[in-house]
Amino acid sequence: MEFRQALSNKLIQLMKKDEKIVILDADLAKPNGTSPIYSAYPNRCFDVGIAEANMIGVAAGLAAYGFKPITFTFAPFATRRVCDQIAVSVAYAKQNVKIVGTDPGITAELNGGTHMSFEDVAVLRSIPTMVIYDAVDSLQLEQAIEQIINYSGPVYIRTPRKSAKPVFDENYQFKLFQSDVVTPGTDITILATGIMVAEAKEAVQKLSKEGISAELISVNTIKPLDEATILQSIQKTKHVVTCENHNIIGGLYSAVSELLCAQYPLKITGIGVKDRFGQVGKYNDLLKEYQLTSDDIYTAVKQNLNK
Amino acid sequence: MQQIAKEIRALTVECIASIGQGHIGGSLSIVDVLTVLYYKHMNVNPQYPNMPTRDRLVVSKGHAGPAVYATLCHKGYISQQELLTLNQFGTNLPSHCDMNKTPGIDMTTGSLGQGISCAVGMAIASKLADDGATIYCIIGDGEAQEGQVWEASMYASQMKLNNFILFLDDNGMQIDNYTKNINSLIEPQDKWNSFGFFTQTIDGNDVNAIDQAIEKAKLQKDKPAMIVLRTTKGKGISFVEKLGVNNHSTAISKQMLAEALEELK
Repeated sequence: MEFRQALSNKLIQLMKKDEKIVILDADLAKPNGTSPIYSAYPNRCFDVGIAEANMIGVAAGLAAYGFKPITFTFAPFATRRVCDQIAVSVAYAKQNVKIVGTDPGITAELNGGTHMSFEDVAVLRSIPTMVIYDAVDSLQLEQAIEQIINYSGPVYIRTPRKSAKPVFDENYQFKLFQSDVVTPGTDITILATGIMVAEAKEAVQKLSKEGISAELISVNTIKPLDEATILQSIQKTKHVVTCENHNIIGGLYSAVSELLCAQYPLKITGIGVKDRFGQVGKYNDLLKEYQLTSDDIYTAVKQNLNK
Repeated sequence: MQQIAKEIRALTVECIASIGQGHIGGSLSIVDVLTVLYYKHMNVNPQYPNMPTRDRLVVSKGHAGPAVYATLCHKGYISQQELLTLNQFGTNLPSHCDMNKTPGIDMTTGSLGQGISCAVGMAIASKLADDGATIYCIIGDGEAQEGQVWEASMYASQMKLNNFILFLDDNGMQIDNYTKNINSLIEPQDKWNSFGFFTQTIDGNDVNAIDQAIEKAKLQKDKPAMIVLRTTKGKGISFVEKLGVNNHSTAISKQMLAEALEELK
């Protein structure tokens, strides 16, 4: 299922139970898939037009009144465009606003460089109290959104709009603020976030055929990091590679570096965008261009292990 | 109410003088509207600052904190002793309004242009909650150079927020110069009129004119209201008024405080 469809279906369900949930869009309700929510709850959905700063402020005002607003727009406009509004009206003012940024990084595909956010996590990560969740697949997102709404505080939900390779099965149980060990292993730890978990999973399969046992961890919230799970794995494997659909400056690589510098100094290999801007392209072309493929992860693991 | 405004002006200067420096000009220019709101129009209760059905005030020009604190003190939200803790380390009265620190403050403001959007959100929320509240918001004329002010104004009109009353503190000055020399609003009433507001322009330092303008604004059925307050920055204290564009933030010595209090007697 597409992420946006899963999200919209789940929100319609949740809004039935909780009349405080309200939806805000900035003229992207159709592409972001929230339109069906407008049909279900016309009085609790607000399309403010192409005015993202106002959308965040209006959401903060609704939250100050006790409502639970969820804002939707493309990832760059949900973050870097409204960074000060999020910092002041939402986070500093302690307002319970959930911010959905869609099509992060290369998933912006044909919208290209202006719409391709490789900096959205970095922009928000330095704002105190912000929680940053990067969706892995639609099954996870469906569970995550309910827990995120039940959590009181600002959360950035980073999610593609369309389909992605599924990672989890129907037995999966998401727990907010916890990472998931996707495949247990002993030789190296691969920490991946968002769509990169699926790429890393493919790399793990290829590595296992060569007798390399990689432990793949899905880092669901880049902030806060599930430090216990990550440290436990790295102390066991003593090798680590991070994988993110984001600039390696300010995202997962940085977050893990900060953790390990303080608690378990270790060389870290980073798979991610190497401080570059985006461009138009199809998913697979962009994956190759920014060296984010499962083959890139496979190679990075072998280099890290000197194999 | 004129007498109350005088007393609130005196408290404002005392508040700023307690630390020796502060945003005096833009605080004094809005004392009259604060007086009319808190003593005539707003349904609020100092004993129950978070009363859910209360009217809200968002002072989007958050640097006018001292005037708001003085009003809240006069109204009984905070003690006179606390009023004199402005900007001291650990205070509940920072330069810019903070809803999580000061009882009676409805929104955290200070980054200009943002408070008005929050107030619009509250006006929508009040409609959803059907609680009959009125949401008031004060922006500065310099602040109106922020694009977000216009985003918020467009949307208030689109949503027909007749429970939203916006004030422009049109004191004609900003930090660097007169607003007309920096980036002029030209005729603010025309601008908000074209945005679909019910608009009035009045003497913003006249408590009776403010009272009447609010009464008219409340009669609107499907429009938000803009009341352009023609004000004097530093109003009520001659030496501050005389500083002109230099009165945005200035030192207030004990001697100056004594002089100000004498004038406000």
